[in-house]
Amino acid sequence: MVQPLDRILTETPSQTAGPYVHIGCIPSFAGVAGVYPEDLGLRPAEDGARGEAITITGQVLDGTGWALRDAMMESWQADAAGIYPGQPGADPKVSGFARFAADKDSGLWTLRTIKPGRTQTRDGAVQAPHIAVWTVARGINIGLLTRIYFEDEDNADDPLLSRIEQRPRAETLIAKKTGDGQYRFDIVLQGENETVFLDI
Amino acid sequence: MRNAPNDQGPLVPRNREKHPVPYWPDYKTSVARSPRWPLLSLESTPTEETGPVFGHNLIGPLDNNLIVNYTQGAAPAVGERIRVHGRVMDEMGRGVPNTLVEVWQANAGGRYRHVKDTYFAPLDPNFGGCGRTLTDADGFYEFMTIKPGAYPWPNRTNDWRPAHIHYSIHGSGFGQRLISQMYFEGDPLIARCPIAATIRDRGQLDRLVAPLDMASSRPLDYLAYKFDIVLRGRRQTMFENRPEGM
Ligand SMILES: [Fe+3]
Repeated sequence: MVQPLDRILTETPSQTAGPYVHIGCIPSFAGVAGVYPEDLGLRPAEDGARGEAITITGQVLDGTGWALRDAMMESWQADAAGIYPGQPGADPKVSGFARFAADKDSGLWTLRTIKPGRTQTRDGAVQAPHIAVWTVARGINIGLLTRIYFEDEDNADDPLLSRIEQRPRAETLIAKKTGDGQYRFDIVLQGENETVFLDI
Repeated sequence: MRNAPNDQGPLVPRNREKHPVPYWPDYKTSVARSPRWPLLSLESTPTEETGPVFGHNLIGPLDNNLIVNYTQGAAPAVGERIRVHGRVMDEMGRGVPNTLVEVWQANAGGRYRHVKDTYFAPLDPNFGGCGRTLTDADGFYEFMTIKPGAYPWPNRTNDWRPAHIHYSIHGSGFGQRLISQMYFEGDPLIARCPIAATIRDRGQLDRLVAPLDMASSRPLDYLAYKFDIVLRGRRQTMFENRPEGM
């Protein structure tokens, strides 16, 4: 016999968010009005936030190439100086958190925010600018985490991108510039060009 | 280098065997929506260790009462009145304070108030189906609601969802983010549900089944169910702040 471990609990298992996740997370998108003054996560960065205003659009594509119409996403990011909201010195106009959903007809989603700065890890490594994105939907049994990096930033020394053994797969995490402050980022759930999802 | 003063420590890696399998053909939608490549596994970084903080000013006084929050108190929803309560903890058994818990559910007839729900069970004009609250300083939370109905769904020819409440929990870091479902003790549809069956570990599925809690129910008013939630823990050690190799 040994002493019992004091880490005694196991994480509660996930279940799919289902097709009606909007009711709970962004009710006005589902047509549920009047319970809350507004949906959560509308403004990751308010007017006046430091940094470059950017717009990222994309789709979430299944293994057949079909764009999901029922996906919901959340994003989390640092401010323009690379400080996470809630940490000392963070830009008070950056909440860092957004919720957005695939359009019911086109499957397109849009994230309007500011471009985050470089961030430092505990051991001093520098992460290239990136936004964490978490995708849930009917048929996704546990939420899928990935990151949006930017093709017009120096990503060469990013510790996460460097860990992707098959170099071409790293491209799935890099948003393509389509205009001034405009980027495209598709999330491919399965198949050719499948997005690198994270266990982190 | 020193950690930021509010560094709460790296996240304990997720044990994926305790979670549903992503690919489960009996749940047909999962077939084309499950990644084929293995996930990229890494130690957590500040990106996952930090997360949004929601203040008490976000939460309205009726937000955690689904019986009346859709009409803002004007008229109650139809259904079996229940109180659902529990505690959000981490894997070390510590309560997770001030964390956002959101719920959504069908009405007593099994119908969602959602533009895409076309089931012919009627909408309840007094039921919206969403609620939210923050856990208290020790991680406890509660909702008042009505027991949701079971509902049929297009999968195999005659699949029905057991009565359930959808849960969304944040925790203190984005890497702790969790969405799950609460089932009700004694529901014979749980064992027949292909979504519940995506959790292959039977003991883990049992943890999503809330027991009837008569001691917390109120005579002549409501029944109670208890639903505790465990989020990923954090490693805490005095060795964490030293440069590598020391
Ligand atoms: Fe449901």
